[in-house]
Amino acid sequence: MILFKQVHKHYPGGLQALKNVSFEIAKGELVFLTGHSGAGKSTLLKLIAAIERPSLGMVIVNSQNVGVLKERALPYLRRNLGIIFQDHKLLFDRSVFDNVMLPLQICGFDYRESHKRVRAALDKVGLLKREKSQPIALSGGEQQRLCIARAIVNRPTILLADEPTGNLDAEYAHEIMAIFKSFHQVGVTLLISTHDESVLQNSGARVLALKHGELHQ
Amino acid sequence: MRHALTQIIGVMRRMFESRLAGGLSILVIGIALSLPAGMYVLLKNAQGLVTQLSGTPQISLFLNMDAKTEHIDKLRKQLAEHPAIDHAEFVARDTALEQLKQSTGLSDVIGGLNQNPLPDAFIIHPKRGDAEVLGELRDELAKLPMVELAQLDSAWAYKLEALLKFGRMMVLILAILLSLALIAITFNTIRLQILTQRDEIEVAKLIGATNSFIRRPFLYFGAIQGLLGGVAAWFIISLSLLLLNWQLSALSALYSSQFTLHQLSPGDSLTLLLFSMYLGWMGAWLSVARHLSQIEPR
Repeated sequence: MILFKQVHKHYPGGLQALKNVSFEIAKGELVFLTGHSGAGKSTLLKLIAAIERPSLGMVIVNSQNVGVLKERALPYLRRNLGIIFQDHKLLFDRSVFDNVMLPLQICGFDYRESHKRVRAALDKVGLLKREKSQPIALSGGEQQRLCIARAIVNRPTILLADEPTGNLDAEYAHEIMAIFKSFHQVGVTLLISTHDESVLQNSGARVLALKHGELHQ
Repeated sequence: MRHALTQIIGVMRRMFESRLAGGLSILVIGIALSLPAGMYVLLKNAQGLVTQLSGTPQISLFLNMDAKTEHIDKLRKQLAEHPAIDHAEFVARDTALEQLKQSTGLSDVIGGLNQNPLPDAFIIHPKRGDAEVLGELRDELAKLPMVELAQLDSAWAYKLEALLKFGRMMVLILAILLSLALIAITFNTIRLQILTQRDEIEVAKLIGATNSFIRRPFLYFGAIQGLLGGVAAWFIISLSLLLLNWQLSALSALYSSQFTLHQLSPGDSLTLLLFSMYLGWMGAWLSVARHLSQIEPR
């Protein structure tokens, strides 16, 4: 499903974010990506969504080489991915409902069908009662869950989450991990980055550990 | 289709939210458009007046004082066979004198003359009325034997016509300049919008929006703003003409004639609206092409 072959990424100015990273994630797998901040976790996730391109090596997602994908093919790649951003990237000029609606509008979904899907996604993350609220009125944990709802409303086959429990207290973090596990159970491929070792305990999932841009499996 | 409609409704809602700034832009566009379009209407009215006053142009052919009847007959035949002449009307010198006596009330003065000073004349009705053809015809007729003078009666109408051509050129220049201004206004409005919606554009790109999906609302905005500007221009022109006609009716009553300015015809109105809509679209398109590529998610 996701394949990295000797991937290097350096930024202008000499920063070496990833060095010779190779791994493979099978369909339906749940994988954690760990490492201290600045280890290259975000960069790795951005390479999968083609927000960044590798300097060397190959990144293959759904048997597409995303490193060399044309600009106008990018939207269709991203529609198959659900991305949960570290900084949420919510739109504060519209309601909770409309935030979750956006991916469906972009894909040109039927009006009635999309309403059903938005409600289902909000229900899944426990925000159905807040659908008319403005995102600014939500707590940190709720904003994170809203971001998850937006990522899954499109029913993607791959879900990428960048520090989804980053600044949440333990109880919220636990809730969110439970949501991810339920996606894993229905066959979604998940790659979750975290610097919080506690969430890994007795998860039984595979861990990819990044250290200064290098992979230690 | 449903999708486009949703986007258009979204654009309209956004316009309504910033209705003061939007209203001012629309007013500026309306004023800019109403100048050339209003001048065009006035010129069209003047054009109508010229055609109405000049009618079919005529050429007066004054003959030599010692032209004899056989000369006149020969000339009459020549004129009748000329391909550019519809028909020619002969006015004998005595008839002309009679007419002069009656129409001017100068019968005493004229009665005191010991001979008729007027020559025989033909009034020529040409087939076509263009200025060039008439000029050539007059020169040709002036060279005929026994013709003293050939005079183009509606020369003044042609002078006015030339003046109108000058006016039309001015309207054209003004229209081009103000169209560019309209494109610039839209360009700038859209630029500001793209800046304020930067987050939204970025997020939309991240979750799989195509460029055309992102571009479309801005193009709709430009087109709608242009269209509303056109509507504003239409109202400005119509209202101005209404006010002018109100004053004009008083004026033309003094000259005991009836003259009113015609409003924009339905066809011209439609052209105005479509043109302004197109210009808005164009300005938005240029702006989007220039500014959207600068926003890439990081």
